[in-house]
Amino acid sequence: MSVVDRQEWDVVVVGAGGAGLRAAIEARERGARTAVICKSLFGKAHTVMAEGGIAAAMGNANAGDDWQVHFRDTMRGGKFLNQWRMAELHAQEAPQRVWELETWGALFDRTKDGRISQRNFGGHEYPRLAHVGDRTGLELIRTLQQKIVALQQEDFRETGEYESRLKVFQECTVTRVLKDGERSEMGVPPAEGWGRVSGVFGYERESGRFFVLEAPAVVIATGGIGKSFKVTSNSWEYTGDGHALALLAGAPLLNMEFVQFHPTGMVWPPSVKGILVTESVRGDGGVLRNSEGKRFMFDYIPDVFKEKYAESEDEGDRWYDDPDHNRRPPELLPRDEVARAINAEVKAGRGSPHGGVFLDVSTRMPADVIKRRLPSMYHQFKELADVDITAEAMEVGPTCHYVMGGIAVDSDSAAARGVPGLFAAGEVAGGMHGSNRLGGNSLSDLLVFGRRAGLHAAEYASGAGSARPRVDDAQVAAAAAEALRPFSAEGAEPDGGPPENPYTLHQELQQTMNDLVGIIRREHEMEQALEKLAELRARARRAGVEGHRQFNPGWHLALDLRNMLLVSECVARAALERTESRGGHTREDHSGMDRSWRNVNLLCALSDPTDGLTDAADAARGRIALTRETTEPIRPDLLALFEKEELVKYLAEEELYE
Amino acid sequence: MSSYEARFKVWRGDVEGGGLEDFAVEVNDGEVVLDIIHRLQATQAPDLAVRWNCKAGKCGSCSAEINGRPRLLCMTRMSVFERDETITVTPLRAFPVIRDLVTDVGFNYTKAREVPAFVPPAGVGPGEYRMMQEDVDRSQEFRKCIECFLCQDTCHVVRDHEENKPAFAGPRFLMRVAELDMHPLDAAEDIGLDRGRTAQDEHGLGYCNITKCCTEVCPEGIRITDNALIPLKERAVDRKYDPLVWLGSKIRRR
Repeated sequence: MSVVDRQEWDVVVVGAGGAGLRAAIEARERGARTAVICKSLFGKAHTVMAEGGIAAAMGNANAGDDWQVHFRDTMRGGKFLNQWRMAELHAQEAPQRVWELETWGALFDRTKDGRISQRNFGGHEYPRLAHVGDRTGLELIRTLQQKIVALQQEDFRETGEYESRLKVFQECTVTRVLKDGERSEMGVPPAEGWGRVSGVFGYERESGRFFVLEAPAVVIATGGIGKSFKVTSNSWEYTGDGHALALLAGAPLLNMEFVQFHPTGMVWPPSVKGILVTESVRGDGGVLRNSEGKRFMFDYIPDVFKEKYAESEDEGDRWYDDPDHNRRPPELLPRDEVARAINAEVKAGRGSPHGGVFLDVSTRMPADVIKRRLPSMYHQFKELADVDITAEAMEVGPTCHYVMGGIAVDSDSAAARGVPGLFAAGEVAGGMHGSNRLGGNSLSDLLVFGRRAGLHAAEYASGAGSARPRVDDAQVAAAAAEALRPFSAEGAEPDGGPPENPYTLHQELQQTMNDLVGIIRREHEMEQALEKLAELRARARRAGVEGHRQFNPGWHLALDLRNMLLVSECVARAALERTESRGGHTREDHSGMDRSWRNVNLLCALSDPTDGLTDAADAARGRIALTRETTEPIRPDLLALFEKEELVKYLAEEELYE
Repeated sequence: MSSYEARFKVWRGDVEGGGLEDFAVEVNDGEVVLDIIHRLQATQAPDLAVRWNCKAGKCGSCSAEINGRPRLLCMTRMSVFERDETITVTPLRAFPVIRDLVTDVGFNYTKAREVPAFVPPAGVGPGEYRMMQEDVDRSQEFRKCIECFLCQDTCHVVRDHEENKPAFAGPRFLMRVAELDMHPLDAAEDIGLDRGRTAQDEHGLGYCNITKCCTEVCPEGIRITDNALIPLKERAVDRKYDPLVWLGSKIRRR
């Protein structure tokens, strides 16, 4: 076996987006020696693409806002499936997390009296999103990046080395979370039991060299899964790595059927199909029209939201200036509602020339205001589609944007279930957003739970003291063999066919998920998807690559396929199981929201837990087992924040009696 | 929709050396150069190394040189070229090649660490920051930077002068100094840090002779030279040669 470089750290953070960097900052400030691992260069994470803003009830734009209102909006947006304690912590702590960014140098857009400006967004009762034009994610990532550098400068002054306490391993991929004891023959189990986290195994993308970071605590902050879908706003990094790492380490995933299709992605030209058009366009006054020129959203206000949205265009238009006496326009319904409406309009033959609908700001705002408030959008359409959004409407349609499901975590500590030492924060963690996430709640989620994960990981690591879990050599060897497999694909399988091109496999996977487990789902299609996934799983075992290990994208993709296939199976199985429509899960064959599903979580775990490292399972058999779980009842004081008439629409009978 | 076959020359190789390789590849309506590189990966050269991420001009990963000009691969539309034109794609020239189109941009991360961080004002707690929009406008322009490092690549001070690298931070990080210097609440002065002077003394501002090459390649349209470098130079000059300013700064700091 080749010698694998090993280093010791206290906390390892996998992922350097908003959640990962915030976790790393917290862990380092709590005294833990912290390593961050990311697939891209430092500062390029997918968080940079977030446009609209950070939701936090600071009350700068409307003094009526407070955490309770934010909590209510979040629960409504998630159709009451949210892990309510997370929604509570999130709403309470978001303002502090935003203000803290200012002390690290962030420069948000300002109100007239010099405070942080806040903008309207779908599903939020008040203007709530702290923002910087439409490049808020960039500001967030740069601020966190620069805070990390500030901490490194501090360490340099004290120790003479920048990376003595906080180091970023950029362009590295983690393929396995390692655990002590489990599946090895080491004799007596440690007092804490088998299966604590002992580190991670990964490779440097640049050189292809393997490495092990030994650490008692690992925070997973790898983001989402969008690259399993053909039309997506997500970058190449979003291959579900963290979801898969957790599953393979024995931690369950929660509610994976809930995938958010953002209503407004670009639809033309084909090469940019799926790229996001920020919700701020609608928050700032943009409207949706069909090919007949009609503002169709007025026809799509669901019962649960009837009292909260304008009935006429006039009322909706008045709301921008006088929100206290008018209701908001239905273009600002939660994303799941708008995406379904667009889908329905296109299907009914009232779509735009390239299969979307029209999103128009050109008739709503003067050109200079558009350029100032939506500079990236102006730029993006001008450069990529030759469309001047100050003069004509954009064409938009739904695009896979976000996964609400994720690693099941403890609300307060962000600890993953069942695997001591494993933590998760950000998009990769489940629960916070229930069945549908509100715009702006992602960036605040990253900050609130990134911090909490870093805090608890550091505490856990310091508790490990001298009894640090040991890294099992056999696991390292197995992980290395797994990673090298694509280089010897040919002839590796006695019964196998020819080697497969990983790019082809990826394209087939994306088409399958897009067509069969997409925005509108049907039972027979999802069954078909599961069959196709089984076929792809078998073929992926023969994914082969040319060339060598140095910066080889074909090899990287071959390894990422394992993760995408695992996660896709979770999505398809959970979606097939949930026989209702709620938030980001829409069943044509079960079109209503069913109150008896309100308190049901679906958990995905490996069907064969010993499947950890050998990957020997029969590829045709499913690898994921589902269990149902009844959620903890919502705390009474939180329920009391809602009117009874509203709760009746969501909660099951027996929940209401209590 | 109309497709055609384009001719490409792509630099392939590593630190040992390499050369341009010819490809003929399909191009469809609306595509950008990065789409073509991806098609090459999927169909002809699966191990062709290229850095990319968002494919929407927001992350600044896919920087390279197209026909000798520093550009983002994802924001360069194929329609800007003639159909019979051969398009040459090479790695950034100012940085060492790792493989194919991927270069070692570590220089930039080293320079980033050399610029002292934002200094929060003493006695102003989180939530108490008050700044007017017109006062943050200037620094906000610089914070639009996506760190694609095209300005660092094109700047003639280092483009063909490796020897200048230790002393010169490059436009991106001189602009970072300007950004902090213009931040309404940065309290660097209170801890005895004169950002204007460090630009001159520690980050090599004097090497810049405002040829504006950096501004020309900036995909974000940031007016690096006019709004960051020239004001920074003016400040450095004031401090250096104006005895009154010098005296004032001494008195105020004590």
